[in-house]
Amino acid sequence: MKQLIDKSIKELAVGLRNGDFSSVDLVSESIARINEIKTKTNSFISTVSNELVLNSAKEKDKNIKNVDNPLYGLPFTMKDIYQAKGTRTTSGSNVLIDYQSQYDSTVYKKVKDAGGILLGKNNLDAWGHGGSSENNDIGPVKNPYNLELSAGGSSGGPAVSVATRCVPYSIGEDTGGSIRNPSSWCGITGLKVTYGRVSRYGAIAYASSFDTVGPMAKTAEDCAYILENIAGYDPYDGNTSNIEVPKYSEIINNKLDYTIGVPKEFFVKGLDKEVETSIQNAVKELKKLGCKIKEVSFPLFDFGVALYYIIAPSETSSNLGRYDGIRYGNGRDKFTEETKRRILIGTYSLSSGYYDEYYNQAQKARTVLIETYNNIFKSCDAIISPVSPTLPIKIGELINDPIKNYLADIYTVTQNPAGVPSLAIPTGFSKNNLPIGMQIVGPHFSEDKLLNIGHQFQLVTKYHEIKPNI
Amino acid sequence: MKLNQTYKPVIGLEVHIELATNSKMFCGCPADHFGKKPNTQTCPVCLGLPGALPVPNKKAIDWCIMLGLALGCKINKYSTFDRKHYFYPDLPKGYQISQYDDPFCYEGKFEDIRIRRVHMEEDTAKLQHTEVNRKKVSLIDFNRSGVPLVELVTEPDFSDVDEVILFLQELQKIIRYLGISTADMEKGSMRLEANISLLLLGSEPNTGSEPVTLPNYKVELKNINSFRFLKKAMLYEIERQKDLLSNNKKIVQETRGWNEARSATVSQRIKEEAMDYRYFPEPDIPPIEVSDKDIKILSDKVPELPQTKRERFLEQYNLSKEYIEILVSDLTKANYFEEASKLSPDMAKTIANAMINQNLDKSYPEPAGLVKKLVELTKTDFSPTPEVGLAIKSVLVENPEVVKSYQNGKGQVVGFLIGQVQKILNGKGDPKQINTILLGKLHGN
Repeated sequence: MKQLIDKSIKELAVGLRNGDFSSVDLVSESIARINEIKTKTNSFISTVSNELVLNSAKEKDKNIKNVDNPLYGLPFTMKDIYQAKGTRTTSGSNVLIDYQSQYDSTVYKKVKDAGGILLGKNNLDAWGHGGSSENNDIGPVKNPYNLELSAGGSSGGPAVSVATRCVPYSIGEDTGGSIRNPSSWCGITGLKVTYGRVSRYGAIAYASSFDTVGPMAKTAEDCAYILENIAGYDPYDGNTSNIEVPKYSEIINNKLDYTIGVPKEFFVKGLDKEVETSIQNAVKELKKLGCKIKEVSFPLFDFGVALYYIIAPSETSSNLGRYDGIRYGNGRDKFTEETKRRILIGTYSLSSGYYDEYYNQAQKARTVLIETYNNIFKSCDAIISPVSPTLPIKIGELINDPIKNYLADIYTVTQNPAGVPSLAIPTGFSKNNLPIGMQIVGPHFSEDKLLNIGHQFQLVTKYHEIKPNI
Repeated sequence: MKLNQTYKPVIGLEVHIELATNSKMFCGCPADHFGKKPNTQTCPVCLGLPGALPVPNKKAIDWCIMLGLALGCKINKYSTFDRKHYFYPDLPKGYQISQYDDPFCYEGKFEDIRIRRVHMEEDTAKLQHTEVNRKKVSLIDFNRSGVPLVELVTEPDFSDVDEVILFLQELQKIIRYLGISTADMEKGSMRLEANISLLLLGSEPNTGSEPVTLPNYKVELKNINSFRFLKKAMLYEIERQKDLLSNNKKIVQETRGWNEARSATVSQRIKEEAMDYRYFPEPDIPPIEVSDKDIKILSDKVPELPQTKRERFLEQYNLSKEYIEILVSDLTKANYFEEASKLSPDMAKTIANAMINQNLDKSYPEPAGLVKKLVELTKTDFSPTPEVGLAIKSVLVENPEVVKSYQNGKGQVVGFLIGQVQKILNGKGDPKQINTILLGKLHGN
């Protein structure tokens, strides 16, 4: 079935201004599609009332000719960790199940000011704790390509909303793969930005030094338009950078002339054969587009999981301390098993007597990891990596096996401690028609290059146009 | 019974100072919370709402460093904030943002006391235990949550209660001179804690005056809001501990407060084992670098401190120690005195006397007014105008160098010239008149 929301952000922006369709048409399509999809996939936690969003669309239609911003009048959703006044923000947990946002997150404010219309808040792994959107009190998010499978996580709901064309884009959050993993399993494009590129103010924290706010959309070009709107210095987030925000949507049109590294350690036993083949084909495509391909080495990359699962739980044990049942209604007993596990690991790692052995040791490993990335990027502009070692996994398999669950993050947990950006793009489908993706990882603040590579790749491939039959 | 044994008190201090910045430590809410309607000065950051992030107040950090500099501390070129975790209803995030490994200031020395550190943190909310509808309740006022708080920690270098009080009084003056806090104990903007234990004399190796080994316990005196009560509490505590130790009793490691009605220290909280605060670097705030240039700028901002002023007042005005102390204790008074003395240098003692014994500075808000009044009182007849003119003329002729330096911008030499004129007039000149004519001449009229 053809939909308006199949179109790219640029096409939607042009169509709105040409009068081919209205913001009301778009929002109406969104509402209808969300109603079709949400129960089947469990991808939404809350939706904004039809009246509110339609009124907002009517407003936008009146002004559309006077506003240039391509996000103006377009519907969108957000992962349910972003504060937006007038909405519930649950983080997928019964602890905050009735919590009403008291203020607007910076990312929401920016998109709202750009003319975006918030349609709803998406399901996830509670507090970001997971890679399969099963660790929550709302129920697992189902993969739209096969409802028995996981949509990935923790930003599973946003990925499904985009894959099923409920909205043109969504705002996800990535702490150790949470944007890239579901993007890859649902066949969409997702960008984990450089730490400090987009303000975290108003995003419920999982691991403060890893958390990043980023776009999830159909294409790299769409991500470029969104990032132009949400990136930049924010006086409310001391870690945001004042490095100027480039005009991503122009840079992506450059011809490719990059050296791309392929770390040999990434393509070994444990990586699904179909995933490997799909990525290798994508690399060939990049070569055809003008990139120099080079084998590189990423030593000790399997340390990533160990250091990630010390530092992230340490920070989360601290960040979740405030949910003590006194001020937010529900008590600590409402945390899920997996969340309790992470709080305990983190509390232990920070305890006196264990701090040096665990937290401090992990921070030293983090320094080594940063140096590893710095070294690699001396000889290449970006590297290619799988996103997930496997195709989408059956619901229940990961959540019931914590070690397997953590190892599933092996390719996505090294970028966050190093703070580097990574773009996940679709590279094909398995013989069972399940999406496959890869990630392009670059040095700090190289989003322009990553989006450039992604866009040029998508100009010659069609995987991003395919949507699930649901 | 161990009779006739002598003990030496070992005392260290922790002082908390609420800074008088306009805004709070990590958000834009007003920092001045005293007497404000509860919970009217809050925002997502100081309420610790989900997703809110702290952004440090630059001015508070500068002031913390200035205090460190005034106390002879080294300044860390690279400082971090850390999270200190504990559970208490007045702590909305479940942790306090403080400093642990890398405080802004460390290893200072003030007089004979070593300063361990001076660091920056945030104040907690305020609990009010009260009754609502005849039910006992504890209410939380978040106006104080996130107010900038400096913590100063000394080494346990005090062995005398009076020394402690003198140190604290001097510290209070320094803080007021720096203008960084009202340091008002009744309002809680300066809070005192003394850690106190007793060392059996002869138990430490005889290597010097400082004890090498410290007692293996300490009692923390806390929540005491005046110097007087702190002194009483310390004296009481020394006797209490002496008594226990002499009777071979173990002293419990605990926090004690002062009960004025009972004239005794009372146990508030027993610390059986050290709290584990699970400190780790605050990931929401990037490390803070302080350059040599920053330090230079801040040390230039440190004004003349009380001790220097005392010495200068003695040399320049030759006042009694008692008078100097009264003037130096109150910066406004000291400044008033200096301004008045500049107008009539010969009358410095008279001015001090009028201020201290007759409170005349209160009746004359302008120092010139006081000087005029004093001249009238002490010298009923001013010298006639022609004589004044002649005296000024001769002083100007005799002091060409001074006149030149005035013309080169050294305004303060006027005081000297007035003094010379008064000398010729035997102090009978009207200071105001001299001032007017002299300035006129200097400006070539």
